[in-house]
Amino acid sequence: MTPASSTTTAPETTEVEAPAEEWKGQNVPRKEDRRLVQGQGVFVDDVKRHGMGFIHFVRSPYAHAHITSIDVSKAEELPGVYGTLTGEEVAALTDPFFQISSVPGANLKDYALAVGKVRYVGEAIVAVVAETRERARDASELVEIEYEPLDAITDARRAQDDSVPTIHEDAGGNLMWHGTYEWGDLDAAFAEADKIVTIDELHFHRFNSTPLECDGALVEYNRGVGQWTIHTNNQFPGFAAIMMGPAMRTGLDKLRFVTQDIGGGFGNKITSHPQLVACCLLARKLGRPVQWTEWRTDFHMSMSHGNERWFHETEVAVKSDGTLLGFRTKALDDAGAWLRYEPLGGVIWAQVTPGMYKWRNIRVDFTQVATNKAPVSPNRGYSRMQHLWFTERVIDIVAHELDLDPVEVRKLNYVKTEDMPYETPNGCVYDSGDYSRMLDIGLDLIDYRNVAQRRSEAEARGKLLGVGIGSTLDSGTNNFGQSRMINPELQFSGNNEVATVKLDIFGEIVVTLGTTPQGQGHETTAAQVVADILKCSVDDVHVRAGHDSYWNSHAGFSGTYASQFAVTGLSAVKGATDLLAGEIKKLAGAVFGGVPAEALELADGGVRIKDNPEAFLPFMACGAIINANNAGLPEDLDVTLNCRYVYRPPFQVPDIERKFGNLTLTYATQIHVAVIEIDPETGAYEIVDYAAVDDCGNRINPQIVEGQVMGATAHALGAATHEHFAYDEDGNLLTPNFYDYHVPHAMDMPPLKTGATESPSPFTPLGTKGMGEGGGAGIHAVCAAVQDALRGHGDAIVTDSCNPYHRVWELLEQPREAGGRVTVVDR
Amino acid sequence: MSTVTSSRAIKVTINGTTYEREVEARKLLIHFIRDDLDLTGSHIGCDTGNCGACSVIVDGSLVKSCMMLAVQADGGNVETVEGLAEGEELSKLQQAFKDNHALQCGYCTPGMLMSATALLRSNPHPSEDEIKKGLQGNICRCTGYWNIFEAVKAASE
Repeated sequence: MTPASSTTTAPETTEVEAPAEEWKGQNVPRKEDRRLVQGQGVFVDDVKRHGMGFIHFVRSPYAHAHITSIDVSKAEELPGVYGTLTGEEVAALTDPFFQISSVPGANLKDYALAVGKVRYVGEAIVAVVAETRERARDASELVEIEYEPLDAITDARRAQDDSVPTIHEDAGGNLMWHGTYEWGDLDAAFAEADKIVTIDELHFHRFNSTPLECDGALVEYNRGVGQWTIHTNNQFPGFAAIMMGPAMRTGLDKLRFVTQDIGGGFGNKITSHPQLVACCLLARKLGRPVQWTEWRTDFHMSMSHGNERWFHETEVAVKSDGTLLGFRTKALDDAGAWLRYEPLGGVIWAQVTPGMYKWRNIRVDFTQVATNKAPVSPNRGYSRMQHLWFTERVIDIVAHELDLDPVEVRKLNYVKTEDMPYETPNGCVYDSGDYSRMLDIGLDLIDYRNVAQRRSEAEARGKLLGVGIGSTLDSGTNNFGQSRMINPELQFSGNNEVATVKLDIFGEIVVTLGTTPQGQGHETTAAQVVADILKCSVDDVHVRAGHDSYWNSHAGFSGTYASQFAVTGLSAVKGATDLLAGEIKKLAGAVFGGVPAEALELADGGVRIKDNPEAFLPFMACGAIINANNAGLPEDLDVTLNCRYVYRPPFQVPDIERKFGNLTLTYATQIHVAVIEIDPETGAYEIVDYAAVDDCGNRINPQIVEGQVMGATAHALGAATHEHFAYDEDGNLLTPNFYDYHVPHAMDMPPLKTGATESPSPFTPLGTKGMGEGGGAGIHAVCAAVQDALRGHGDAIVTDSCNPYHRVWELLEQPREAGGRVTVVDR
Repeated sequence: MSTVTSSRAIKVTINGTTYEREVEARKLLIHFIRDDLDLTGSHIGCDTGNCGACSVIVDGSLVKSCMMLAVQADGGNVETVEGLAEGEELSKLQQAFKDNHALQCGYCTPGMLMSATALLRSNPHPSEDEIKKGLQGNICRCTGYWNIFEAVKAASE
C-alpha cells in the first residue's frame, strides 16, 4: 500500500473545514470541551450524596513488617467518625483476589487491606470513615497499630538471594513468575555472526504517568437489591469487575460501575480494585454512601508504578555491516509487593519482540520477582516500552561499538514496507508502515543534514551536541489469549468492545459506549463515524459521556486502555450504526409501501427514495413511528432503531507451547529524533530540537491524534530526564509528591515538530490503528542523544533509561564506572 | 492531632455571589469552594501546592486555593472558572483552549485558565517565554503544554 503523507510543524492552528465528503479525517472540534473549559465536567470527586462519609486509609510506615495488633477503638470514639474497616474484617468478608499468575505467584493471598503483614511503605491497613475529610484524617491518627519490623528487599537483583527475607511466605520465596521465550535458531545466528556484542546490564527505571486526578470512588449500597453503585474513575471496569465479584462473593450484576469525566489515566487507573472493595464493604457496613479520593502522596506511594526492568547478559549476533541476526537476554522485572495486573508484563512485551527490526532469532529469559516497593501495574506504553527501550539501546550500542551510523543501522534492519503484513519470529503481524520514510521525515524536521555544523557551533559555545533516535511501535488491540502464556489455566482470549446507537422519539441519535475515556475525545470521534454513516451532522449525534455497566453497552474487555479505541471502540460504533442505517431503511421501506432498501438512501438527517427525493422521512419521524406510533406496522417488520454491536477482532488463541501467535491487531509507529546540548561542566542538558513522527493509519481526527503524540512525548521526556520512583534501602519512597517527583512544567518543554504518515491497517474496519501510548520513543531518543553527545568525550555507554543531570555528569567524569560494560568479540 | 477545632463565620464573594458560611478554621479554601459551595470546577491534583489545578483569583491575585485557608478569604472577592464565561458565551481564552485542542482530560484546565487569565490581565501580549513563565505553576499531564501555549497566544492576539 502507499501511505498518504503529510508533514506538519506543530503546534499550529488548524482551520476546521466543513467536510467535503466525510467527517472522518477532519479536525472536528471536541464535543467534550465546552463543559470542560467551564469547569462543568463531572469528575469522581465532584459526585456527592446526602450523608456520605469520607474515607481515609491508614498506611504502613514500614516497607516490611508483621502487624502485631490493631486498635481502632479510639478512632471510632471520635465524634464525627462513622466507622472503620480492618484487614481482619476484609479477610472474613472476602476471598483473596484471583491471581493471574501461575505458581509461585498464583499462591499470593491479596486482599483489599493488609492482613497480618505489610509489604511496602504506603500499603493500606485500616480504612476510617468520617463526616469530613479532615475528621477522617484526625481519626486515622488515633488508630493504634503495633509492628514487628522485618528487613526489606528493594533491589530486584538481590530478591532471590538466600540471605534476603521472603515477602510472601505463600509463594515460598520472592520469585513470582518465570518463563523462557525462544524463537528461531540462536545457535545458527551466533555461528553466522561476524561479531558478538555483549552488554552486561541495562536498567529501565520505575516511574509512572501520574495523572493529575488521583483515584477515587463514591460508592452506594442498595440493600434492598444487594447492589453496589460505584461511581469511579477506574479505567477498566471490566477488569475491576472480574477481580471484585469473586472476591466479594457476588455476581457482577451487583456491581454497577459508572464513570464520567476522568482526569487522566494512562493505565495507572486500572488496578484500583482493592480500594473499591474496601469502599463497597464500608458502604454496606455503615449503611451510607462512602467517598474516597486518593491523596497525591497516597497515589505516589501505592498506585500503579511502571514496571522496573533489568536486562542482563545481553548478547547480540551481528554481521560486520550491522545486519542484526539475533539476540539473547535475561529480563528481570521488579513487580513490587503485589501482582495486581502482573505478571502480564511478562508477556505483553512480546507484542513487539523484535522491535521494528528483522531480528529472526531471539531468546528472552523472563523473570519477575517481588520487592518491598509499591505494586507495579500498567503505565502508558506498558511493558512494550521497556522492551522497545531495550531494542533501541541495543541498536545504538551496537552502532557505537562497531562505529556504524545509527541511522544506517536502523534503515538496514527495519522491517520493510514491502514485507508487510510482516510476521515476526513469534507470530505477531506488523500490519503496515514505512519506517525508513518516517525516519527521513524526522531527520528532515530537525535538519539532520547540517548536524555536523551545528555540533561544531555548539562546541564553540562549550556545549556537547548529541542526536538520538527512538523508533517504536504502539501495539494496539490486545489478544487477551496471550495471558495463557503466563498461565495456561486462564480462560481469556480475543478482545471486544460494545456500542449502541439508537434513534429516540424525537429523532435524537444517541450513542452509548463501553469505554471510559480520560481525555481521548471519544464523544467526538464516535460522532464523526456515526455522522458519516447516517449522513447527518456531528452536532446531531449525542454520545453519552462515560461508562455505565447498568446499560447493556459493555462487554468483558470494555474500558479505555492499551491503545485500542480507534479499532475496538470505533469499529463497534460503526457496526451499530450500520445496523441502525439498515433498520431505518427497512422502516422507511415499509412506510413508503414496500420500497426495497436498495432503492433508499440516507441524506440530510433522514431517509429518502433515491429516484424520488420528495419521498423523504426525517429521522424524527422514524424515531416517533417506532417508539410511540407503531400501530399498523407490518407484523414481520423486525426493527427497533436501537442497535447494539459487539466488535470482536479476528484473533486465534496463541500456541502456548511455542509462545507463538498474533498478540495485537495493529501496530502504530512512532519515530522521534532528539537534539540535545550538554553543558560538560555540570551535566545539565537542554533539548534544543525535537521531532515526533507518527503513523496510526487512518486518522479520524488528526488534531486529537497529534494531541496524543504530544502528550506521550511529554511523558517520555519527563521520564528520561527527571521522573523516578526512587527508594532508599529501607524501602522509603524518596519521591512521594510533586515536590520531589518532578514532572515536566511549562518551562521544561522543548520546541516540538511533528510529522505524520498514514498507512491504513488492512485488518480493521476503518483502516485505523490504536494509538496514544507512544512506546516511550522520547526516552529512547534522549538516551541515544546523550550517548551521541558523549562520543569523543569519554565515550560512556548509556545503560539507564533515566538520565538526570547528575547522572550525565557522572557519565562525563567517570565514563567507565558510570557507563555500561560492553564487549565485542570478533568471530 | 487536632480534635479541638474552632469555627468561624466568613463572608466570601465568589463570581459575584456572596456566601456567608461557618467554616472550620483549618479548612482549605479549595475544600470550602468545592465541598461547601459545590463549585466543583476548581480541582485538586496534589497535596503540596505544586500542581495548580486549584488556581483561583482572590482580590485580583492568582492564588493556589489549597495553599490558603478559607478563613483567610473572609471579606474577599474570589474568581473561579465558573465565572469566566458570560452566560453561554465562552471567554476568549476558553474559546482559544477549545480551538487549539489545549485540553484533553480537562482536569488541569480550570486552573490553567485562571493562571492564563491572570497572566493576560497583567500582560495582555505576552511573549512565548512570558506565557511559559505564567503557566509554570500549573501541571498538565495530557498535552505537553504545546497547544496550551498556542491557545494563550491566540487569546492574546
